[in-house]
This record gives sequence, structure tokens and C-alpha cells, in this order.
Amino acid sequence: MIKTDAVIIGAGPVGLFTVFELGILGLNAHVIDNLDKVGGQCIELYPDKPIYDIPALPICTGESLTNNLLEQIKPFKTEFYLNQRVNTIKKNNQNWIVETSDNIVFETPNVIIAGGVGSFEPRKPPIAGIENFENSNLFYSVKNKNNFSNQTVCIFGGGDSALDWAVELSKIAKKIILVHRREEFRATQHTVDQMMNLKKSGKIELYTNCQPKDFIGEQKIETVLIENNKKEAIELKVDSVLAFFGLKMELGPIVNWGLNLDNKTIIVDTCNFETNEKGIFAVGDICSYPGKLKLILCGFHEAALAAQECFKRAKPDERYVFRFTTSSSDIHKRLGIK
Amino acid sequence: MPKVTYIEFNGTEHNVKVEKGLSIMEGAVQNNIPGIDADCGGSCACATCHVYVDDDWMDKLPEQSDAEKDMLDFAFETTANSRLGCQIFLDEELDGIAVSLPEKQG
Repeated sequence: MIKTDAVIIGAGPVGLFTVFELGILGLNAHVIDNLDKVGGQCIELYPDKPIYDIPALPICTGESLTNNLLEQIKPFKTEFYLNQRVNTIKKNNQNWIVETSDNIVFETPNVIIAGGVGSFEPRKPPIAGIENFENSNLFYSVKNKNNFSNQTVCIFGGGDSALDWAVELSKIAKKIILVHRREEFRATQHTVDQMMNLKKSGKIELYTNCQPKDFIGEQKIETVLIENNKKEAIELKVDSVLAFFGLKMELGPIVNWGLNLDNKTIIVDTCNFETNEKGIFAVGDICSYPGKLKLILCGFHEAALAAQECFKRAKPDERYVFRFTTSSSDIHKRLGIK
Repeated sequence: MPKVTYIEFNGTEHNVKVEKGLSIMEGAVQNNIPGIDADCGGSCACATCHVYVDDDWMDKLPEQSDAEKDMLDFAFETTANSRLGCQIFLDEELDGIAVSLPEKQG
């Protein structure tokens, strides 16, 4: 069990700035995110898109904003727990016990949810009963490529994940069947060329302008039914299926934590961004209050106010003194400034 | 102001006026029309504002950008009429446009 002043759920820009606001108050924080990298939507969805409304930064990108925030929180040596999400939060007297999907357990007086529009989860094909196959031979990522050796693998998608794995698995699989919605591929040209060469040599069977219609089988998928633009059905015998339809955002287990919700957002008190549960806060896009704007800059403000309340809960015996970063020697010490 | 008809998957119709210059997606969000999620807020980065544009309006629409085509890969049950609502901006040309919403977004 890891004891900490605060657990932050979500490593997007607002989660990262929350680390800073807690850090200058002398509070340490651990950050959990379901993605394999920090930056949240800024990195996953639009790393190269320009952002024009960060105060005092006339222009930045999702990537540069994330890198700058990481630089800003460097003095606090924050620990990140990536590729996992928080499954449960339970009360333990004044504290919360937070458990992740990788079975890491924290005890903390403060949980700050900076979860954006939820956690990124694989997007699934719209086929009824698909869950039944998820424990057998339907996958949304490759954990161990050797599981696919000598198999007929049906891969759906047209991006880098789909094509990279089509090329890679073609070395060990019996046959790769690649199915994509249209003729063009999003993957890098180099990978597209590699895939096309493998198609010529017969290692990859390619179906474009086709979409999944049904997965048929008892315990596992035996036949994949796809349909082309002319509504003609094609039956494919398969040993396993890999679906790469990107990621979508879902609130996930948060809905089970007893918090007052408004649609896909969490209702907070604007004095301190606390939810209806003492010690659970929500900041950034995921919080909701009258007049809320889903702007990164609003999330930064929310983080600053939430941090004040976190201090009171983490250090109930210490007096809180408001200080500026320009003049406070305590803050300078925490930032490593001599 | 251009009028837009949004038809939910269950057939419920919403006839609303949307300010010129706003997108089909923004018009739906501002009028609380269910069936459009718009997770990314209009950056053409999530495919959760997928709509089917009525046949009569298809040839009046601007060309799809590569970015929109790429994102539509992630929308389900796409057809030849599939577009992302955040990429269609309303003007007099599109006054009266009708779009149907898919069963679900992603």
C-alpha cells in the first residue's frame, strides 16, 4: 500500500498542473492514467494541433504543452502509473483506498479526478454478443505475438496498429487477412508499401471497402462475416481476430463511486472543486458546475483551488498560508531554487 | 439562420435553427440533441459526431478532408452518406439540411 497526500486520476494537462499546485504547497501526488503515456487527449488526439488560448503562450501544441508541464513539475519527482485505470475507491475513516487495474493500492486523504471525458478504451465493432469472444480469440491489442503463430489471423483497421501488426505477424502466422473500410490507409507509407508487397507475395489477403458484419462461433470466433460496399457478404475462416478501431473515451468505473453526476460529468462545488464526497475532487473537462467551460485554462484554475482544500485534508494540523511563487522561500525550496 | 433537421436513430425529429458559421455538431450540442457525443469538442479527432447526411444534400457539401476520412474509419456503420458533424459548417446553401444519427457513436 502506497501512502500519499493525493492521488490524481488522469495525466492530461490539468492532471499535470494539479501536481504542480499540490507540489508548491508541499504535497506529494501519484498520477494514474489508462494510456501508455502522459498528456491525455492532448497527446492521444491532437499532439500537433495548435492551441491558441493558453494564457501567455500565444501558440503551442498538445505535445509542447505536455512537455512544458512535465518540465514545470520536474522538481516534484512525480510517479506515474500508466496503462492502468482506477477500478475502485473505498472509504477508510478520513482516507480513501484507491485500487488500480494493476492491483496497485494507495491510501490517501485526497483523490483528484482529472479524467477529461473519461478513460480511453478500445473501440469495439458493433456486433452483438462480441463480449463472449473477448476472453477467447478476439483481441484489441497484441500482448504476446507468439500466440498468433501458425494461425489465420483476421485484422481489422487501416491505421498504424493494424498495418504494423499485419506486417509483423505475417512472419509467424499461417495467413493474415486484413480488412479495411476504404482503399486508403492512414498508416505510414512505408508500412503500407510493406503490406502491399506481402499482399503480392500472398502472405496477406487484403479486403478493402469492407466492414465487419458478424462474428460466428460457439466458444470462439470461427467465421468472420464481412460486407463490401455493394452489400455482398464474404465469409472468412479464422483462428483469431484483431480489431484496431482506435480508442474511444468512456467514464468507466467512475460511475460506480457514488458521485453526483450530470450526464458524463461530475458535479462539484466551485469553492474547492470537491464532489459530494469529502476528499474526492474533480477538475478539468470532467467536472461540472454552472457556467463551466471545457477549457484547459479553466482546468488550471480549478486545480489551484482544489489544491488548497487538499492541503487542509492532508495536513490538518498545519496552518495554511497563502504564498506567491515570486517571494516564498518555502516554495522556492520545493522547486529546488537556491 | 439556417434550419437543420436532426433525426435520432429512434426516428425522433428535431427541427432547430443554428447560427450561420456553426457546425452540424455544434448545432446539435447547443440544442441538446441526443446522439452526438462530440468528445473531442470539434477537433476532427474522435469520430463521435458521426451523421448520415440526407441524400438530397450530399452534393452541396464541401469535399471531405483526408483528416475527416481518416477519422471516419473509427465511426461504426459508415455508409456513403457518412460525415463528421464537426466538419460541416452551416450557411444559406445548407439551409434546411437533414441528417440522421447513428445508433451509437463509437
